[in-house]
Amino acid sequence: MNRSYAKDIATGLASLLTGMKVTMTTMLTKGHTVEWPREAAQVPLMFRGHIQLVANKDNGFAKCIACGACARACPSNCIEVKGAKPEGAKKKSPTFFMLDFTTCSLCGLCVESCPVVAITFSRDYALAGFELQPFAGMDLLKDVASPFVEERNDI
Amino acid sequence: MIMEITIVRTLLSILGITLVVGLNAVFVVWLERKVAGHMQYRLGPTEVGPAGLLQTVADGLKLVSKQIIFPRSADTPIFILAPIICLVPVFVALLPVPFSENIQAHELDVGLLLVIALGLLNTLGILLAGWGCDNKYALLGASRAVAQILAYKIPLLLCILPIILLSGTFSLREIVVAQDHSLWFALYQPVAFLIYLVAITMETNRSPFDFAEAESELVAGFHTEYSGMMFSLFFLAEYTYMFVAAAIASVLFLGGWLGPFFPGPVWMLLKIYFFLFLMMWFRWTFPRVRVDQMLSFGWKILLPISLLNFLLTAGVMAAL
Ligand code: SF4
Ligand code: SF4
Repeated sequence: MNRSYAKDIATGLASLLTGMKVTMTTMLTKGHTVEWPREAAQVPLMFRGHIQLVANKDNGFAKCIACGACARACPSNCIEVKGAKPEGAKKKSPTFFMLDFTTCSLCGLCVESCPVVAITFSRDYALAGFELQPFAGMDLLKDVASPFVEERNDI
Repeated sequence: MIMEITIVRTLLSILGITLVVGLNAVFVVWLERKVAGHMQYRLGPTEVGPAGLLQTVADGLKLVSKQIIFPRSADTPIFILAPIICLVPVFVALLPVPFSENIQAHELDVGLLLVIALGLLNTLGILLAGWGCDNKYALLGASRAVAQILAYKIPLLLCILPIILLSGTFSLREIVVAQDHSLWFALYQPVAFLIYLVAITMETNRSPFDFAEAESELVAGFHTEYSGMMFSLFFLAEYTYMFVAAAIASVLFLGGWLGPFFPGPVWMLLKIYFFLFLMMWFRWTFPRVRVDQMLSFGWKILLPISLLNFLLTAGVMAAL
């Protein structure tokens, strides 16, 4: 039996033990799995969900002035905005704000083009569904208060 | 009267062994997936039953409900026979395994020899499976299993011989009893213990020696063409072989059911699952070695060292 034979066995055994130590320490640390939907997943800071309207802090109305810049900027034509002036107000407010999320590419041009920073990306990632319709016509106004409550009820 | 006792005992043994085989498979598959998960920063099964314990049952139901596909060019009798030949010997191999002083299906003078001989039948089943289904991957897998046999079986036997010398018997029960008044044989025979561990990893076709399956090279090796329940028979056989090998290991080296505080069967099961965990630990740590590496490992390292160890033990025993 020469020396390298015994040495090979010893180093081999040591390397095996090193490997086993790695897997054992891994086993004893907590896993990376997030048990969604029982736990909420941590969404990265720059995560882009579907776009949503930003509400004014004081009255909860949408900040949007219904200028239509976002609709014009959208390369996929998936935003449709209509607006009117509520009684006594100086600026217009949206009466209709529909997003066709099925064709949105989440490019962010609408967010950048808005002059009053009235749209942002939401952080909603749980968007699976069985039908197309809820995504083809997402009514973004339903998440913000509106000065046109009566009119909207008519729609 | 004696006739009746024999019949009751036989029925109880059959029931007990079937229970052990079934429950062991359910538990070990679950444990394997849990261990694999946690060793890779995952969780393993969590949904079916408490902590995913019933996952194997769900998988079993799925497998039962699947169609068994027979390849057109398969040699049908051999194709059907192969999983049965793999599975049946393990039932017999559980016969002489003692779970405590009194719990043992059948006491045999040559229990150890029986288990070793039946262990070889597993390879026959694998060979038939590879040959019968007329698939090149399956045949390659099967031929590897046969090439492997000599590389581990001789060192395995040479590791068992010192234990036979120390205890002076082939009966599994007597081997445990022999360790009652002395230290566990693993302490007298650490080298044999280590080599035995390696050899049973090879014998049960476990990674890093799972050439017969080698899913990254051979699709699924010898059971490539098997589906549904026939596939799960191989699975069941593999996990039961692991159980038998672990049971023999704890009998030979860790004193079987002996241990303080707990009753015998608890110790026996603890030791068995310690070995099973060790084999899972190996599997999820070590990458598969090459076939030629395995063969030269078996012939150049395991064989000479176990032979030396055996001769040394025999020499010391003779001198004393
Ligand atoms: S993110 Fe891009 S595609 Fe989507 S609505 Fe805005 S501008 Fe259109
Ligand atoms: S660009 Fe801004 S303010 Fe103009 S319509 Fe779009 S969301 Fe409203």
